[in-house]
This record gives sequence, C-alpha cells and structure tokens, in this order.
Amino acid sequence: MKILVLMKMVPDIVEELEVAADGKSLDREYLRFIVNERDDYALEQALLLKDRLQATVTVVAPEAPEIDDVLHTALAKGADRAIRVSGIAEAAGTRATAAALAATLSGLDGVLPVDLILSGCQAIDDLDGFLAPLIAEALDLPYLGLVSRISVDPGAGTAVVSKEYSGGVMGRFEIAFPAFLGVQGCEKPPRYVPVAKVRAAIAAGGVEVVAAASGTAVNPLEVTSMAKPEETGHAEMLEGSVRDVAEKVAEVLAARGLL
Amino acid sequence: MTGNVWITAEHWRGSISDATYELLALGRDLADSLGVRLEAVLLGHGVQGSAASLGKADAVLYVDHPALADATGEQASRVLAALAAQRAPALILVPITNVSWDLLGLLPGRLDVPLVNFCRDATVAGGVVQFQSILYGGKMAVSVAGGSGPVVVAVLPGARSPEAGRSDAAPAVEEVAVELAEGPRLRLLEYEEPEAGDVDITQQDVLIAVGRGIENEANLEVAEDLAAALGGAVCGSRPVIDQGWLPLARQVGKSGATVKPRLYVAAGVSGAPEHVEGMKGSELIIAVNTDPGAPIFSVSHYGIVDNATDFLEALAEAVKQRKG
Repeated sequence: MKILVLMKMVPDIVEELEVAADGKSLDREYLRFIVNERDDYALEQALLLKDRLQATVTVVAPEAPEIDDVLHTALAKGADRAIRVSGIAEAAGTRATAAALAATLSGLDGVLPVDLILSGCQAIDDLDGFLAPLIAEALDLPYLGLVSRISVDPGAGTAVVSKEYSGGVMGRFEIAFPAFLGVQGCEKPPRYVPVAKVRAAIAAGGVEVVAAASGTAVNPLEVTSMAKPEETGHAEMLEGSVRDVAEKVAEVLAARGLL
Repeated sequence: MTGNVWITAEHWRGSISDATYELLALGRDLADSLGVRLEAVLLGHGVQGSAASLGKADAVLYVDHPALADATGEQASRVLAALAAQRAPALILVPITNVSWDLLGLLPGRLDVPLVNFCRDATVAGGVVQFQSILYGGKMAVSVAGGSGPVVVAVLPGARSPEAGRSDAAPAVEEVAVELAEGPRLRLLEYEEPEAGDVDITQQDVLIAVGRGIENEANLEVAEDLAAALGGAVCGSRPVIDQGWLPLARQVGKSGATVKPRLYVAAGVSGAPEHVEGMKGSELIIAVNTDPGAPIFSVSHYGIVDNATDFLEALAEAVKQRKG
C-alpha cells in the first residue's frame, strides 16, 4: 500500500504577529513558522497505517522556512521518502500552491499513483481555498475532510473512515482507493521522536528536492488591508496576585448567585 | 457584477441549520445592495418541505437526487457546480460548518473560481463587494476585494443572527433536474453517536473549559476540582481533545457542542474562531491566559493574564472558602 502525505508550514501564532509596511501582509522579520498542526495528524495517521499494514509513506511539502526540520522529523518517525518542492512562492496563496503541487506530483517519478493521500483538512492561512480538496479535485480523487479515524481493508482496496460532524457525532464512510482524506485528528497525538533519530536523518541527507512544475495560472485574491481585528468588546482585566484575582472572581460569582 | 447571490441551504438529519438562516440574512443584505436576486440552493433527497422556511430568499432552487441524501460534498459539489455553470451566480455563500465542509472545499476547484475563506462580513460599495475575513486563528483581519468574476464565499458562523434570516414568506420553489455522470466514490455507512453515559455539556449551568494552556493531563484534576466546587463540568477546546485528555463529546465549538451556560471559565483557551462560535453565547465568560493578546479576551467579560492552572487552583480555593 502506498500513502502520500502533504504537509505545509504556517505562521506560528503563539508569537505576536505584526502587519508589514505595505499594510496588507504579515511582517516577516519576526515571523516564525511551524508545521500546520493538522498535517502532523495526517502524518501520524499514515504512520499508524504503516505500523499495522505493509505500507510506504512519502511526505511532500512546499519549500518554506524550517521545512527541512519537518521533513527530517518525518523520516525519523518512519516515513520512507521526503520531498521538498522548491519554487512555489509563499505569497501565491493556497489556490496557486494547490495547482503547482498537483502538477508537480503528477510529474514526479514513483510518487503517483498512490492508494491514499492524506493532508490536514485546514490551515490558519488558507485565505483563498483549502489545500487538500483543491488538490483532490485537480487529481480527480474522491475527497472526504474532517477525518479522524482511518481503517484500511487492503484486500478490498477500501478504507472505512470516520468524519466529525457536530456535537460529537461521527459519520462512518466507506471510500474506495485511490482517495484523498483531509485529516482533522487521530486516535492518538503525533508520536514523539528522539532528537538523535532526527540528527541521524539529517546526517543521512534524506530529503529530496524537486522544482515545482508550473500549475494552472490562478490570480491571487486581492487583499486590500490587514490589521489586528477591531474588538467589538473586551474583557475587564483583573490584575493582582493570583489569589487576589481569584478572590475578585469569587465575588463576581457570588454577586451573580453562582455560588 | 450582474449575477445573483446564492446561498447553500444546509440541512442535516432532517433540519435546516441555523447557519443557513445566518447566510440568508447576509445574502439578503448583499443581494439588496447589489440589486440582484437572492436564491437559496437546496440539495437533497425528499427534503422539498424544507424549502418553505427559506422565504428570506426570492427563490429556492431545489435539486432532488438519491445521491444527495447523505451530507457529503463529493456529489453536492458536482451538482452545485453544474447548476452554477448554467446560471452564473455572482456569489455563492457556503457556511463554514462540518456538514458543509467538503462542499465548501471542493466547490471552488470544480468551478475553477476563487474562494474567500473565513468571511465574517461583506459589504457593497459602488457595486463592488468587499469581504472582511479573519486569518491566523483570529489574530488578523483582512479586507478582500471582490473582483469581477464569481467567487465562493466561506462564511463563519455568527456573521449575522439566524433570526434575521427567518421569514414567514413563502418562497418560489423551482425544482431543477440534474444528471450525475458517475456514481458515488464514497458512501455513508452510519452515524455514530457520542458515547452515552458521559456528561452532556450542553445541559450544564457551569462549564470549566480547558485548552492548550492547561499544559498537561494531570492539571485536568484542578479543573475537575473547581467544576465540582461550582456544580458544573469540565469541557475543552480542540488541542485537549487531540491529546486524548477529554473525549470528543466534551469539545466546545466546531465538531463539538454549542453551549450557553450561566458561567463559562476559559482556562488556557486562546479563543480560535472554531472555539468561540461554540461558547460566545454564555452568560458570564471568565478567561485566563498567559497571552494578553489572546482573542478569547475579546469575547470575555473578565480576563486574567496568568497561568491557567494556578488560577483555577486559586479560584477553587476561594470558592470553597466562601461556600464554607
């Protein structure tokens, strides 16, 4: 069984974000990047399938700051092949990235066809489209998003997957290979990998680099301004030692009849 | 821009969702400003009765097909794309909900038009639509120019109130026949209900919500202790569910529950839009977070910049003292 995992980097929003001088993009000076969290769950799903079945896992990601760390980590965790795709402008947007990745994947030796493509079902910077379904459509694969459980019947060439609806209700679907699943979660958090193993992966130089094929040209959305959101309201901030603050909150609760 | 404004009428397990009425309210504003018609597109099987509640629209386009019975975007996006190719709407508003998720994801690709994602409002000036979206988990707001071609708009919950989208007027219903070239490549086997026996967080007066800032599973005990002292229950945001510290049935927000308790304590919850949509209607919201810029503070009544666990511990103590 062959599994392809698509990953990408996103701005780390734990850091303070600032608007660039152009007034419509992020200031990159202090920007840090981390892997899109849902993509990490997609990788874990792929590795879980590899643990249970005979599978090969290939990870593909567009070039971005720190992406090699992510790809080396994926190799250290058990991925068989990691490929960085260079030449996709980050500012191009999700729609153009999807077009370029779809074109690149189709032209890469030994990557397609696969049985399953897994990727995060969303990212915090997906302004002009969601990456996973756009690529699924470009590759003409059936797509199901918000998936958090996958079990595969290799003989039948199908997977039974659970998709999250609301209120904790899940829908169980049967989907035939080849298929594209947009991953939301996993039965367990992404596995830990010791730094020594990552170092070994770096030393082995295992990340392949390929140039992006040109995808269908798409015009990016025209962002006319970016700013920190104007707040419609704001909490009354309570200050002091944690004990003092807790006491003030208890007073509020008492006044509201909540004690 | 001369095309009409479309909204997709979302229904799940027999009911039209609130998100649909929110879209109708936003769509009505846009259609009136643009001087075009508002049309609701209802896709399903045997759900024509639902069209009656969509009177805020000028017309309902109803497509009935057995392949549209399940809430999957795979077929619905094909049908909607075919219909849009014939009738050329200017805007197609789709809600950002789990039920509409795949339709939303696939439709722009099928139509080869851009998506404007995370939209929380849209206005018209000089015949041009300007979209207001939020990005980076609620940390930035962007304005996006509508341009000249058609676009799909992904609308966040809460863009309008659902009440503003309800109407007693009977809409004109046009049934449209479609042909689906290929069979479904996936099928729904069954719905799985959340495990019975656990607490129903939608029925609690007091909820202590824990997020990433709770740091580790052992600290959940502190939240449980406060919940017990106040007669409530513990719930969580996505990262806590991802870690397996709480079951999915305890999640607030998208994929989880929408709650409106008398007291909601958000401990170490950053306030991503997917979480806020599920709790912003709570009567009293108290948030504690180490990040003074956390979006949760903009929907809270009281805020504390501190370590979540330390605060929960101190509050439990203060509550117990008062209760004697």
